[in-house]
Amino acid sequence: MNRLQLMLKRVIQGLAAILMIATVNFLLIRAAPGDPVSVLAGEAGASDAQFVAQLRTQFGLDQPLPMQLMTYLGKVVQLDLGFSYRQQQPVIDLILERLPATLLLTGSAFVLSLIMGVALGAWSSRKVGTWVDSGITVLALVFYATPLYWLAMMAVLLFTVQLNWLPGFGYFTVGADLSGMAFAWDIFLHLLMPSLTLALFYMAVYVRMTRSSMLEVAQMDFVKTARAKGVHPRRIHHNHILRNALLPVVTLAGIQAGGMIGGAVLTETVFSWPGIGRLMFDALLQRDYNLLMGCFLVTSAMAVLFNLITDFIYTLVDPRIELS
Amino acid sequence: MKRRELIQLTASSLGLTIAGVPLSVLAQGKAGGTINAIVQPEPPGLMLGILQNAPTQMVAGNIYEGLVRMTEKLEPVPALAESWKMSDDGLTCTFKLKKGVKWHDGKPFSSADVVFSVDVFLRKTHARLRGNLGVVESITAPDANTVVFKLKQPFGPFLGLFEVGSMPMVPKHVYEGAADFLNHPANNKPIGTGPFKLKEWVKGSYIQLTANEDYHVPGVPSVKDVYFHVIPDAASRAAAFESGKVDVVPGGAVEFFDVKRLAALPGVAVTTKGWEFFAPQSWLWLNNRRKPFDNPKFRQAIMWALDREAMAKIAWHGYAKPAMGPLNSSVKFYTEKVTHYKRDLDKAKALIKESGYNGQPLRLLPMPYGESWMRVAEIIRQNLMQAGIKVEMVSTDVAGWNSRLNEWDFDMSTTYVFQYGDPALGVARNYISSQIVKGSPFNNVEGYSNPKVDALFDAGAREIDPAKRAVIYEEVQKLLVDEVPVAWLHEMKFPTLYRTKIDNLISSGIGLNDSFAYAKLK
Repeated sequence: MNRLQLMLKRVIQGLAAILMIATVNFLLIRAAPGDPVSVLAGEAGASDAQFVAQLRTQFGLDQPLPMQLMTYLGKVVQLDLGFSYRQQQPVIDLILERLPATLLLTGSAFVLSLIMGVALGAWSSRKVGTWVDSGITVLALVFYATPLYWLAMMAVLLFTVQLNWLPGFGYFTVGADLSGMAFAWDIFLHLLMPSLTLALFYMAVYVRMTRSSMLEVAQMDFVKTARAKGVHPRRIHHNHILRNALLPVVTLAGIQAGGMIGGAVLTETVFSWPGIGRLMFDALLQRDYNLLMGCFLVTSAMAVLFNLITDFIYTLVDPRIELS
Repeated sequence: MKRRELIQLTASSLGLTIAGVPLSVLAQGKAGGTINAIVQPEPPGLMLGILQNAPTQMVAGNIYEGLVRMTEKLEPVPALAESWKMSDDGLTCTFKLKKGVKWHDGKPFSSADVVFSVDVFLRKTHARLRGNLGVVESITAPDANTVVFKLKQPFGPFLGLFEVGSMPMVPKHVYEGAADFLNHPANNKPIGTGPFKLKEWVKGSYIQLTANEDYHVPGVPSVKDVYFHVIPDAASRAAAFESGKVDVVPGGAVEFFDVKRLAALPGVAVTTKGWEFFAPQSWLWLNNRRKPFDNPKFRQAIMWALDREAMAKIAWHGYAKPAMGPLNSSVKFYTEKVTHYKRDLDKAKALIKESGYNGQPLRLLPMPYGESWMRVAEIIRQNLMQAGIKVEMVSTDVAGWNSRLNEWDFDMSTTYVFQYGDPALGVARNYISSQIVKGSPFNNVEGYSNPKVDALFDAGAREIDPAKRAVIYEEVQKLLVDEVPVAWLHEMKFPTLYRTKIDNLISSGIGLNDSFAYAKLK
């Protein structure tokens, strides 16, 4: 089987998985108590039977459940994600509007965490047992164990409220009407804190993974052989140990990349970053079924896509992995 | 001190005037500038004729207008209507509209818009108004500037229906003939007659309003731009205010335990004004349909068991005071001549014994609207446990909470409601039998039914003589306070935090839900 055929097969499997996910999402969401009509009626501060019935008909919630499911799946197949009840806009528009902000935040956090995590992990494995190793390990443990929202809040208190160095909320300065480089710089300043907080958490995971994986590989026979042959220690470290230790890190990175879109809810909330995570959370609180299912579908499609990419990268990193 | 300030100070202290206007007023404030406010949560839309939730009201109150405004003393004053006259029999009300008013798209505003708004549009989309419009027989427009409301029966609080949140005017030329108002594309581009226009809405970030240059009051609005920022986390909202990025924090947007700290910052003030019309009152819903709540003695026992003073102090940090009964003290026809409940555990225990309560655990749903409500629920649980009542807390999110109340699937739940300035508008609905309707958490959810109460509220609404209304409402208050259909907790005082560089921020009985039209930057 060649690479193309394999990938085609995996794409079809992925599409089937997405459709199954859509069905499960649909049923799970309906299992939660409360529906969008009751939320909208509650928010309005008053309602009567006529208002409630009018909304149910408008949303198609008066149809039997299997019927609603069929209608929904039928639309999903045609890439129609439906209409948001609360925001009165097509779901796909709402998601696309938020996608750039999320990709910017999670993408930069992802790259940062991967680079810092692998570098620090490799360094600490080389200095195993010394104060450098202990320092890095403790730091990683602290960042891993600290709740993300607390870290974020502390950052805001320090850098925004106390020092007034960095903006504490939003995506860019509202009302400043910047353009070009000034605008990019403005976004960069806004990005710094949320991106770093998010990166620190994931970095901790990579540090621990890289370190333990490298220490394990260092015990293997081929490393001992290389050492006996008198290969330069740095070369052993980089080419023999690090390269072989990276496989579990790639797996983890693949999983993180897949969950990236939806994984930033807390950071986005604290920094009021207008991303998908928040959109999804609001949709859940308001039982905005279509929007919520749309977000789930997009995030699961991302997960499937990154799984495919990870598989592909595996075959590049380690030629021993069979294509079949 | 800057020179202008110095001049201002000297002028005002000497009482100098130019043409009768104090110098201090002339020197004070310059037109223009920007106000940054918080809106929480993000409104679903800004079409006030369709959406009536609190954040929509706050933003859209700048865009739309009603025929009248409500002062802090709950007196109607002109807005789109210049004057009005109620006939002596209380059955005909004639409004004269202001001339020269324009919609944001430049089209003239006329009586046809009023008739369309009330009789066609709002009747279809505004559930609360629809309920109150039951008394209206017809709405006609004899000429372009006159509107006549004919009533089937006298309705005491009639003018209370005309403020912007209850009856916003919508443009006839945009919506006329549309099959579906709810999904109309124009809903995303609200067009009103108000002092501000919608400029930009970046979902998840902010809403920008900009001054309406053609506003029908000369020299108004003073402020050029208003930004409503969307910040989802309460602690982040506090930080945004603290760091100076935000100038106005409406009531309830930061946790009550943060208010004192923020209010103490330099250049910051706090006020509880602007809630006179809504007069929010919190209470504990008791499901009267179920044992042991079907026994008035048990319900009275709960009133005796609760330590509402402590709740006001601990959970609300002083921004609340115990409610005496179904009416807030700022609402018309409030009386103190009712039974006064103050914590008395012995009385509570005795009444519980008499009621034959068998020790079954009772479920308490805390209102999922933030930390303070959790604390209130915790104190309630402790108070009731001390009196010998078993209480289980059931946590939900907002949607789950709404749906359990809608389905009457609860024993007790905390909540708060608005009273809209008059017992007939915001109070009666919570106690009369005809409002026992499944599907909404803002009617008679407790399921209390008493023909005497029904008759009294009905008579109170039909009467137009204030003295006679007062007698009727005094009787109904006494009756309800002894029956305890719900356990009243507090008259709530929502604190608005703002920077003192803003003058005249709140100028009406609906507070920030009115517009920023009369606010000025120093």
